Amino acid sequence: MPTNHSAQLFRRGLRDGAPFNLASIPFSLLFGVVAVEAGFDLAQVMGMSFIVIAGASSLTAIQLLGDNAPAAMAVLAGAAVNLRMAMYSASLAPHISAGPLSWRMGAAYFLVDHVYAMALADYETHQRTMREKFAYFFGLALVVCPFWYVFCYLGAVLGSAIPEEWPLDFAGAIMFTALAAPMIRGRPAVIAAAVAVGAALLSSGLPYSLHLVVGALAGMSAGAWAEIRGERRHA
Amino acid sequence: MRDDLTIWSVIVALGIITYLIRFSFIGFMSGRETPPWALRLLRFVPVSVLPALVAPAIVWPQATGGEMDPARLLAALATLAAGAWSRSAPLAFLAGLGALAIFLNIF
Repeated sequence: MPTNHSAQLFRRGLRDGAPFNLASIPFSLLFGVVAVEAGFDLAQVMGMSFIVIAGASSLTAIQLLGDNAPAAMAVLAGAAVNLRMAMYSASLAPHISAGPLSWRMGAAYFLVDHVYAMALADYETHQRTMREKFAYFFGLALVVCPFWYVFCYLGAVLGSAIPEEWPLDFAGAIMFTALAAPMIRGRPAVIAAAVAVGAALLSSGLPYSLHLVVGALAGMSAGAWAEIRGERRHA
Repeated sequence: MRDDLTIWSVIVALGIITYLIRFSFIGFMSGRETPPWALRLLRFVPVSVLPALVAPAIVWPQATGGEMDPARLLAALATLAAGAWSRSAPLAFLAGLGALAIFLNIF
């Protein structure tokens, strides 16, 4: 019964995505607080949270707006931070790009970091029908994204009532580390991750988060190279 | 303080561009085969992009003004270890938050 499997996977998505709301909470609170400080009214905070639905990128754009940078620069810098999502989209494409257009249009809106990482990890380790893949994806999205909106709102409303000593800043870093760690298995993946970290640290002085692009390309090339070498050795 | 029109323009423009970035490959690749060399590179997207994204934030955290912070560094390493051992991202995340709370109290 394929529909039952889909319903099951949808519920599993809801369950698997839930812990990451603990990461969204500090991140979205921070976003709400910073946006209000930069002069956003409540409608604008919520507009950004719904329309852009990307924390690091929104924070970058807000930071630049607050620094009186040109609006176009704020948009470009925010978009640069989101370029990693083109790579997410490309790595999901072999799994879901044969699905119906409307499903893909919906999935694109919800393609945030944790939904991407959890969905891809599932697709790579299980045989799924197209319906099951999207059921799992939307299960993840529907438990993750509403929390994002709600806590952006609370961040904007509560603002200065949040204790300053809460390490809101670092929950995002813990979240990204937790998403990557289980996928770093096998020698090529370890090499890719190590090279990506080294290259990102070396290039961290570059503007517009370009360290991300440098680190990602270096890591991907190193991983592919290590994999080819391994295959030759065994051939 | 910026005027309303500027803020809304930035929100809408950033929203449209971000959506197109997300839609790009899952939107326009349908029915086309991905070449094997591209698939090989793409397999390393998550293990390259995510570490490259956080590495500087872990080594030089914003909250300490870019000073290396033993509590945050150790919490990140604990997260990595928990993820490698448990093979579960949610577990690694909860372990990392716990480690951060503990190490921030110690240091």
